[in-house]
Amino acid sequence: MPDAAANPAADGEIVLDVADLSTQFRAGSATLRAVERVSFQLRRGRTLCIVGESGSGKSMTARSILRIVPHPGRITSGAIRFTPQGGGGPCVDLATLPAKGRQIRAIRGRDIAMVFQEPMTSLSPIHRIGWQIGEALLAHGLATRREAMARAVALLRQVEIPDPESAVARYPFEFSGGMRQRAMIAMALACNPKVLIADEPTTALDVTTQAEILRLIARLQQAHGLAVLFITHDMGVVAQIADDVLVMYQGEVVERADVQTLFAAPQHPYTRKLLDSARRLGMAAPSARVPRPPAAPVLQVRGLSVTYPGERRFLRPSRPGVAAVRNLDLDLFEGENLGIVGESGSGKTTLGSALIRVLRPSAGRIDYTPREGGQLELAGADRAGLRRAHRQIRMVFQDPFASLNPRMTVGQCIGEPLLVNGLMHGAVLAARVGALLELVGLPAAAQTRYPHAFSGGQRQRIVIARALALDPRLIIADEPTSALDVTLRSQILDLLLALQPKLGLSFILISHDLGVIRYFCDRIAVMYRGEIVETGPAEALCGAPSHAYTRALLAAVPEADPARRNLIGVAG
Amino acid sequence: MSAAIATRPDARDPGAASQARLMWRRFCRHRLALLCLGVTLLLYALAAGAEFVAPSDPDATNARMVFHPPQVVHWLVSTPAGFAWRPFVYAEALKRDPVTLAPAYVVDPTRRVALGLFVHGTPYRLWGLLRSDIHLFGAVDPGAHVFLLGADRLGRDMLSRIVFGARVSLSVGLVGVLCSLVLGIVLGGISGYFGGQTDWLIQRVIEFILSLPTIPVWLALAAALPKTWSPITTYFMITLIISLVGWTQLARVIRGRFLVLRGETYITAAMLDGCSQARVIFRHMLPALTSHIIASITLAVPQMILAETALSFLGLGLQPPAISWGTLLEEAQNVNTLASAPWLLLPGVAVAIAVLALNFLGDGLRDAADPHA
Amino acid sequence: MSRFILRRLLGMVPFMALVSITCFGLIKLPPGDFATNYAASLAAGGETVSQATLLSMREQYGLDRPFLVQYWRWIDGVAHGNFGYSFQWQQPVSTLIWGRMGLTLLLSLAALLFTWAIAFPIGVYSAVHKYSVFDYVFTFLGMLGLAVPGFLLGLVLMYIGIAYFGEDLGGLFSHHYLNAPWSLGRVADLLRHIWVPMVILGTSGAASLIRVMRANLLDQLHQPYVETARAKGLSEFTLLLRYPIRIALNPFVSTLGWVLPNLVSGSVIISIVLNLQTAGPLLLQALLSQDQYLAGAFLLLLCLLTVIGTLVSDILLALLDPRIRMQ
Repeated sequence: MPDAAANPAADGEIVLDVADLSTQFRAGSATLRAVERVSFQLRRGRTLCIVGESGSGKSMTARSILRIVPHPGRITSGAIRFTPQGGGGPCVDLATLPAKGRQIRAIRGRDIAMVFQEPMTSLSPIHRIGWQIGEALLAHGLATRREAMARAVALLRQVEIPDPESAVARYPFEFSGGMRQRAMIAMALACNPKVLIADEPTTALDVTTQAEILRLIARLQQAHGLAVLFITHDMGVVAQIADDVLVMYQGEVVERADVQTLFAAPQHPYTRKLLDSARRLGMAAPSARVPRPPAAPVLQVRGLSVTYPGERRFLRPSRPGVAAVRNLDLDLFEGENLGIVGESGSGKTTLGSALIRVLRPSAGRIDYTPREGGQLELAGADRAGLRRAHRQIRMVFQDPFASLNPRMTVGQCIGEPLLVNGLMHGAVLAARVGALLELVGLPAAAQTRYPHAFSGGQRQRIVIARALALDPRLIIADEPTSALDVTLRSQILDLLLALQPKLGLSFILISHDLGVIRYFCDRIAVMYRGEIVETGPAEALCGAPSHAYTRALLAAVPEADPARRNLIGVAG
Repeated sequence: MSAAIATRPDARDPGAASQARLMWRRFCRHRLALLCLGVTLLLYALAAGAEFVAPSDPDATNARMVFHPPQVVHWLVSTPAGFAWRPFVYAEALKRDPVTLAPAYVVDPTRRVALGLFVHGTPYRLWGLLRSDIHLFGAVDPGAHVFLLGADRLGRDMLSRIVFGARVSLSVGLVGVLCSLVLGIVLGGISGYFGGQTDWLIQRVIEFILSLPTIPVWLALAAALPKTWSPITTYFMITLIISLVGWTQLARVIRGRFLVLRGETYITAAMLDGCSQARVIFRHMLPALTSHIIASITLAVPQMILAETALSFLGLGLQPPAISWGTLLEEAQNVNTLASAPWLLLPGVAVAIAVLALNFLGDGLRDAADPHA
Repeated sequence: MSRFILRRLLGMVPFMALVSITCFGLIKLPPGDFATNYAASLAAGGETVSQATLLSMREQYGLDRPFLVQYWRWIDGVAHGNFGYSFQWQQPVSTLIWGRMGLTLLLSLAALLFTWAIAFPIGVYSAVHKYSVFDYVFTFLGMLGLAVPGFLLGLVLMYIGIAYFGEDLGGLFSHHYLNAPWSLGRVADLLRHIWVPMVILGTSGAASLIRVMRANLLDQLHQPYVETARAKGLSEFTLLLRYPIRIALNPFVSTLGWVLPNLVSGSVIISIVLNLQTAGPLLLQALLSQDQYLAGAFLLLLCLLTVIGTLVSDILLALLDPRIRMQ
């Protein structure tokens, strides 16, 4: 059985030396340069973070090391010198090995292991957890079947999975996301590797789970003296765990530095932009939170519950329903930005859908005060009432790629609410659509084009223009920025904030990202398991949270400052 | 932020191309499917103009031409000035073998039957309306006989019969698909749009129908049709019987797409925009469905053609004198007849070509409609 | 697992009731009833039958009673092994059907095994070597297999047999063994003959299964768990076998639910062309001559066969996939 103590290399010794690595994808005559002349070293006991946005080539760099670049990609130049024993030990250039050969296979999983992003799909759905963990040991001939099982139990215990003896016999679909990622890490550690590559291992996880996984990786690194290559897009995570940082942009390394230097004095403009975006989302927007006089309520929610009906089954008792939102009270005042924050499964999206009545609440009232006065109860409203309400309450969705009909031009999409409500048509409509597009920072001529011609950020602007078409009073935005790259997030939020005083809007912003909420909102409501556990003014709530869950949530947000490692302690 | 956006819509600007245009472009890249589109259109054109295309009357019997073998077309004749483009066939005569006395057709190299385009032949009324006697091709002399694909047991021209058979067989596919489509869209749409118990019930019905072995059930249904009914009634009843099973597949596809679409954010957005239920369905959902529906029905047509062929082949579908590829193949059932006149299997080749073309076409359409599937 | 099977079996009961009602409805569809058909068939043979006999017959089978009562009498008889009386053959239906159903089952299973045996490796090859020459060849052959109806293929083979080999490829037995009792020689004779209908039946089924397998496997080949397995250091062959192929097997097995009905259905028509001693030719005759009880028995048993096929595929799927088993 290999053991951590058997690793003779000392901390700080170079284990992996990547020099001038280039990886390209050739399809016909087109060549995509995914990785361009990238160089770095991985040292024992240290963590190198590669940071960059989607398409920057960071994942392909990792896959190039293990020689698992998908077809038709291949390494075109460079060396990947791997020195398992460190120092003057034997050295092998991974870039020269055949990708399907025996030599590289002997290194994969045994000396260099990898953890992938999607814990839901990276484990085989039909094999038992224990078997998947032990498989690498068996494949490398390091253990017998019985030993492999025992080792799987020990590994599951190491990654803090409760009751590991029974967990080995379970299937991945019986585990939560965080548990699966722990199992993935256990799998990677099975053969006591020298190098651990983690490709966005926490991106698909909730922030509190992310904090636990980061802590776990840091602890295991200490215990085993691993060299860790950590890939992420999140500067907060970088600040928490990196020793050294590599910033990648369009396949190239634009900056490399140790973490303190990088955060203190970023050199490249792109690095500065990344850092700026991360830091801005750690505080309030400059234009947010102007003091406002006490205003009248726009929306009053009382005792709202939403229950998803249980499944009716043939010849069997039906499954019980699930209460996604339970007996919830909420107020929104005129001109206010209310943030609803919560993790996956907290019921925040259900709440948003119920407020705009895409879903029918099972109990409670939603009293809306229309602009023209009076009261409109939404929970039990009929079709006509909802139609009236939907002219003033609009929605912005999470995925800008899915929320525009691909068969309609941008102009038709934006003009749809004006047209179907019989407000405008013809040239007047076209002029209005043009004005709306300019309002959100797109040229008026864009209206003849189809959504597929636009990037994610541009599409989100189009969605916002559609929401503004009817001069709404209230916009409910469900995760409007989470499908976008970091640098675009604050741009979209700034756009909404700039429009707010011009158009007299109120916002309900729903997000899992406390940074986004804090940046944008005056008041925050924290949701946990279908209930609001705490409500308060943004600064007060973030500064002095009273509920235990809010405290846990705040504590789990990685701070974008390597000097203040709130998750795993100060860098060594 | 606002990237370079063309100020004028341009036909070549991909941003200004609608989904239908993008789909057509993807389809055009699929060479085989494009070819099969051509073949399919050609077949349907031939079937539509059967009276004009067929060289002779498909029902004209000729006792002296029983089981006449296919004739080879000679394209060139040698003239004093060299070779000339003048297609002809050699006439064949029924002779008895002097020893065995078995009848056999013998080529008579002295008698040439000249062939031509747009020749005068048997008079006909195209679609029962246009009176004419001009045929696309045939013997220049209206009295001469040409059997390019041979003759059957009554001396009828196989080529003409296959062309006329195409009219019935190919249209059964279309009419059947139409019935299936109506049933499939209505029930699949209801199932997918309303969901819940309606969906449950319709899904169980579909599962039930799908679990039945189709051919025995078809046989039982077809056997129940009275033999006294007119060919046209039988035709529609057979089509209906075939589509009774065919609609289930279509309904499944449509329901599946409806379910996916119902969850799409842009459909929710359309509802919140104030669109009526009808507008959501017809303006937002159906356009997204049409490409899939077109692909599915293209793939369903060959199934219908095969079903009609099988039923008629067994003598339970269309009855002679109605001509379809199935009834023509029924004549080929006897192995001994087949051994002496293998050209009776040629309608089967027509079936295979039609089905193959439609299948490739449907595949191409499906790929173009859903490049990520 | 046993609870799963029990639940599926219980679910089959109303399903079978529905199937049997449908079958009975189908054989009741043609105009006229059993007694008039019987009289007509006897009259055709020059015999006459007295009104009294007809009346007692109507009485016995309850032909003057409402549909559901008639159905109940029929299904009650079926449950006791009495499928009614074939007027054409002048003997109880149950003496006619079992041998034929046995051969139908045998032929369908043989065709199923043949289908799987070719579809699985070819599907895997086509997916792994996507867009290779052989992939195109197999795709084209598969399309051709789908386009040529089975009976046509049967006719072509029969023609080739007669014209080039002077041999009749039809039938399941040679003349010598046709009516002989079962013996080793007869089994060997059966095996010599069954490959023709097996290949014909299997071809079109295999064509669609190749496409299913290829598409399933293509879906699985790029799943993240394959990358995980590769990163563990497994060889390409091992990981292919252990993960994507193993997982693509599930939808492949579930196709049994519709492949078996298709095979049973196809065997009817092929049997007629090749003159096999299976259910097909007798069913066709029974339908054409409106021999209702014989037709009804075949219909019911053929439907039962496909329902059992669906059940077996569900159970296999549950065995293969823990997600279904634990639902």
